Amino acid sequence: MTFRARHLLGVEQLSPPEITTLLDLAESYVALNRRTVKHGDALEGLTQINLFFENSTRTQSSFELAGKRLGADVMNMAVAQSSVKKGETLIDTALTLNAMQPDLLVVRHPHSGAVNLLAEKVNCAVINAGDGRHEHPTQALLDALTIRRAKGRLHRLTVAICGDIAHSRVARSNLILLGKMENRVRLVGPATLMPSGVGELGCEVYEDMAEGLKDADVVMMLRLQKERMDGGFIPSEREYFHRWGLDAAKLALAKPDAIVMHPGPMNRGVEIDGTIADDINRSVIQDQVEMGVAVRMAVMDLLARNLRAERGAKAAGEGTYV
Amino acid sequence: MILHFQNARLIDPEALTDEPGSLTVQDGLIVSVDDDAPEGARIVDCAGRCLAPGIVDWGVKIGEPGERHKESMRSAALAAAAGGVTTIVARPDTKPAIDAPESLEFVTRRASEQPVRIRHQAALTRGREGREMVEMGFLQDAGALAFTDGVRVVENTKLLSRCMTYARGIGALIVGHPQDAGLSKGAAATSGKFASLYGLPSVTPLAERMGLERDLALVEATGVRWHADQITTAGALAVLDRARAAGLDVTAGTSIHHLTLNEFDVGDYRTFFRLTPPLRSEDDRLALVEAVAEGRIDVIGSFHTPQDEEAKRLPFEVAAPGAVGLETLLPAAMRLYHQGGVGLAQLWRAMSLNPAKRLELEGGRLAIGAPADLVLFDPDAPFILDRFALRSKSKNTPFDGARMEGRVLGTWVEGRRVFGGEDA
Repeated sequence: MTFRARHLLGVEQLSPPEITTLLDLAESYVALNRRTVKHGDALEGLTQINLFFENSTRTQSSFELAGKRLGADVMNMAVAQSSVKKGETLIDTALTLNAMQPDLLVVRHPHSGAVNLLAEKVNCAVINAGDGRHEHPTQALLDALTIRRAKGRLHRLTVAICGDIAHSRVARSNLILLGKMENRVRLVGPATLMPSGVGELGCEVYEDMAEGLKDADVVMMLRLQKERMDGGFIPSEREYFHRWGLDAAKLALAKPDAIVMHPGPMNRGVEIDGTIADDINRSVIQDQVEMGVAVRMAVMDLLARNLRAERGAKAAGEGTYV
Repeated sequence: MILHFQNARLIDPEALTDEPGSLTVQDGLIVSVDDDAPEGARIVDCAGRCLAPGIVDWGVKIGEPGERHKESMRSAALAAAAGGVTTIVARPDTKPAIDAPESLEFVTRRASEQPVRIRHQAALTRGREGREMVEMGFLQDAGALAFTDGVRVVENTKLLSRCMTYARGIGALIVGHPQDAGLSKGAAATSGKFASLYGLPSVTPLAERMGLERDLALVEATGVRWHADQITTAGALAVLDRARAAGLDVTAGTSIHHLTLNEFDVGDYRTFFRLTPPLRSEDDRLALVEAVAEGRIDVIGSFHTPQDEEAKRLPFEVAAPGAVGLETLLPAAMRLYHQGGVGLAQLWRAMSLNPAKRLELEGGRLAIGAPADLVLFDPDAPFILDRFALRSKSKNTPFDGARMEGRVLGTWVEGRRVFGGEDA
């Protein structure tokens, strides 16, 4: 097996063959998901807990659906409000859940590295569903699958990631994954939303949208968080849209067959013009959502295989020594 | 009682020498260097190991009052003795802050019961809140060595200017934490490739230089005696050099962690590496090591900051900053010695002589008439650090599991042995 990881904490840990294995498996789940009867049994009998310390509708439902389609027992826990307020620490929450013997733990947390910390304390497979500004690996994988299907390949493409790079885990994971697969990655956005030392990360940085989009194969827009819109990082919403929002004129600078992506939820009229988002000839935003379910099925399937192999080996080992 | 240390390798930070010799101690004082053993003296055979002035560790946090579960006077003193530290210069950032003569008297009384010397600095402003100055005169009379709000920067420049003016008037020393408060707010890492990859809130290294420049302008305006607690960036070093060249009464320290670790050591969000200021780039670290060797950085401290397990078992950016260091200061400093470029005498100049001089303390020297505060150590003895073996109540050391060299064999305060067995 080429996929050896126990957890999926980030794309940083994945090798190009592992990424390819995962995307290939996800392709088969895309086909499954398009059938009328959408049931697999890869996660039969396993328990999946979605532990979200930060509100999320889209990612959580995507993981929930992925688990259910593969036969897992899925439980959602929104911790954002409950135990944290009572003073329970992240590790206590992890230990409590661990005692319930889950097999797959899907975690989102507002702090970078929190999912890594939690993974050290539990016996099951942990999937990072977004930690602070660090990583969001399944988003990068679903983006990769979307690109591969639309472009027919996942290498030697020019990908422009545009917008709030500094606060975006989606941007980080995509930058790492696309780099590993030997693509040319450009980061485009205002200097206030660009992380420090980004030039050393193997990408090109553009503050001018027109230059950044020139001849791009893929235009990936990022969401601008509401709380960053007024004065702190950019002067105003309308000035941002004027300079860095994706409209027809700016998109015309990219390759004629360039695709438009967005991890959602979108702010129409802030980072992207509504008509572009809806243009079925350019926008693959709905495909991204569809690929999301398939990729998450593939991730959990592979991790479950490793988990079963590990437990099987352990059980066999116990057998010999008893 | 007379003690005679023979067959020692004497580390003299005043003469900047590192040579074989012997030393005699009587009634708690050094009475002769390189003489024969007097009649009736108890002989300590150093077997060629290093004998140096005890370390004066400037900037140690003790959890008294308020956080004794993290570190008591007793546990701090035992850790210090085991680490070759004979004088602790404690920080006032306790709960509540040491900002009144009454609280200073309390901690001074507690300190007097300990095996090593513990002296205190007092807060610069009441409650370290940056609003009103403390009773500096009373505190000075009660034994405060210096005034500092610790890592909390006094943002009100007018107040800071008045504090400095008043301090100059009574000859008090102020210790500043050079940092631009606005830029560093909420930061857990230094801006750059590492912080960006790991998605950590970060502060530009320039924030230290900007804070330093502001403080130095006020020092120039007021003429106060001033010390920077931690200089950790190359950019700030250049500013410091200019201030000295201009004749300001300025000294500067740095932390052993910033001399021996860099930002990439944080690795997979290991919270024992979360420090204030955050760990810097390797270029900054190398610049600091060079500055220590050249004497441009005056003081090396451990900035011992005990934190309990709960405070560190959190995501990196919300974990409490700081690391314990009383017991690891010496072996960590040996890394600098073994890597070359910094001699033992130069290290002891920064770890004992300079802090003692700046704080007007007696120790820190191997001179006749100086107090017999001594450390005997083997700079080459290798070991693997186990954090649970530390005497400190808190175990938050970034050196857990690290291979280190340098073992303390004995520590003496005023000629009394406070650490180590009967023989060297």
